[in-house]
Amino acid sequence: MEHKDLNLLNEALGHHNNLYGRFLLLEDSVDTSAAFVLHQILKRSFSSHPSSAVIFLALSNPFSHYDRILRKIGCNLAAQRDNNRFFFIDMLMLQCPDEGKPNHDRFAAVFEKIVRVINTLPQDNKKFVTVMIDDISFLEVAANGSLNDVLDFLHYCYTLTSEYGCAFVALDHKDIYLNEEKPAIILEMEHLADILVKAEPLATGLAKDVHGQLMVLHKQTQHQHGISPVKIHNFHFKIKENSIDCFYPGTKI
Amino acid sequence: MAESIFRTLRDGALEGELAPTLTIKDSLSSPFAFHVFSHILLQLSSHIIAQKSQSHGIVIVALSRSPSFYAALFKNKGVELASSNTRVHVLDCYTDPLGWKDKTRESGNFIDPSHEISISTSCYKTVKDIDKLFLAITELGRGLVGENKARICVAIDSLSELLRHASLQSVASLLSNLRSNDQISSIFGLLHSDLHEERTAAALEYMSSIVASVEPAHHSSENSLTEKNFTKGKFNVRFKRRNGRVRATCEEFKVEAGEISFASFSAEDGTTISGLLPKVQFNLQLSEKEQNDRAKVVLPFEHQGNGRPIQIYDGRRSLEENSSEGPPLSRGKKEDSSLGEIIYFRDSDDEMPDSDEDPDDDLDI
Repeated sequence: MEHKDLNLLNEALGHHNNLYGRFLLLEDSVDTSAAFVLHQILKRSFSSHPSSAVIFLALSNPFSHYDRILRKIGCNLAAQRDNNRFFFIDMLMLQCPDEGKPNHDRFAAVFEKIVRVINTLPQDNKKFVTVMIDDISFLEVAANGSLNDVLDFLHYCYTLTSEYGCAFVALDHKDIYLNEEKPAIILEMEHLADILVKAEPLATGLAKDVHGQLMVLHKQTQHQHGISPVKIHNFHFKIKENSIDCFYPGTKI
Repeated sequence: MAESIFRTLRDGALEGELAPTLTIKDSLSSPFAFHVFSHILLQLSSHIIAQKSQSHGIVIVALSRSPSFYAALFKNKGVELASSNTRVHVLDCYTDPLGWKDKTRESGNFIDPSHEISISTSCYKTVKDIDKLFLAITELGRGLVGENKARICVAIDSLSELLRHASLQSVASLLSNLRSNDQISSIFGLLHSDLHEERTAAALEYMSSIVASVEPAHHSSENSLTEKNFTKGKFNVRFKRRNGRVRATCEEFKVEAGEISFASFSAEDGTTISGLLPKVQFNLQLSEKEQNDRAKVVLPFEHQGNGRPIQIYDGRRSLEENSSEGPPLSRGKKEDSSLGEIIYFRDSDDEMPDSDEDPDDDLDI
């Protein structure tokens, strides 16, 4: 049953290789964190292909944190790291800017690092690379609030999807931007994104058995594998100790 | 209407006039401007290849899509690239807009991914320098058509991206330089209007002779992310003539399997028209039956005449009436003496009836 329930999220995200060549944007809020979707996608990426690899740009949490969580849901990050399938780029210290050096140079260096990692991979594995950013908002902190620098960096990451056919997954919080209904960065990202996943608290208020709702939107995009139609999935979820439950509204007793 | 946009762009600029410019606007609630853009791009380039348009070549300034995407687009739609290579050229501002990859390549870490792009491409690496971009476009244009007088068409796939890299002033000057260049036949560009301030969008609209905006078919305030809005929408077009006349039209579009198709709102269909009107609680229009019924209604004062001409007392006519029809006193008596009557003799004929003068004016109290 549990296995089947989990499929609801997987189903919504599409079959395993569906993410390659596309950009998935995760949006969450203080009330409902979407970090668990990131963990699920991380786990999924390793099982999508025997030679797949993940480049993880960590801005909000250290490796040990992800290692612990992923171990619980059945994925050994440390082992993957040793197998050269998981590349953890620790950017927690990025937020201490060295004076005098412009932001974009620092971001260019980070991007160079990503490209270097991709280039060290064997030719066959390059097609199955997932680039993940665990918190875009911290990028903005690192750039001293310069939106353009962040967007330039994200654009460069996005070019990887067309150049190498990488999957690009990024998480952002939509409620941390000051007195704006729709902040510019979120709008820019939503325009760019091929798949949008929104985690929201229940519209009806708090509930014990339901932790929030997810909306997965596939835009109608033309990509290398042809044209994918518009799809919208809406379902509720409950986060458990070792797994998550996904179910359609009203089907949980 | 998409047809007439395309015709305008195809026919290009008149001698001594600015090149026609099209801005395609959209927002997140109906993100289909790119579909419109590629629709026009494909139509126009197939005409250019067949030499049926004023422009002899097309330069695509790619900021939001990769050259390989355009190559695939042309291939999928059956536009022959072997011949188009001399007619279609992509100025690639997407892959490396700031020259970061260039730096990486210098340090020896960058291996070019092997791509067989069947479209002629040149890379542009300093997007922030708009003046240079103008020179690059015109130079490419000269490369496409040679030194003769032939014109080219310019397609910019994201003005929004350009506006992010440079100020509104420089983007506006790029557009106006392109428009007034006698080498350019027509220009079209795409703008995500919700990313910019209103004045930015307005400034660009001033500079374009045609503005096409893609809007959702159904405005829902609560959640605009309904599946319906992702397949259908409204396509509003505003044509500005040289003499200042503006023509606005509205069409419906439908997106299916990556193709966009346009259909006019059928005028006979009452439901479609009522769908266009703002939602109000009362009817703004009458049906034919209602109009007939309304024409039959006899208004209150029309009851009085019973066929004879109606005389409505306006308080000033009694004098003339009296002189023509005799004193009212005698007339009243003739009709029916049993009824009560008011006998009134006017004091003096000098005084106008109902004069505003105060009758007690001369009283000395």
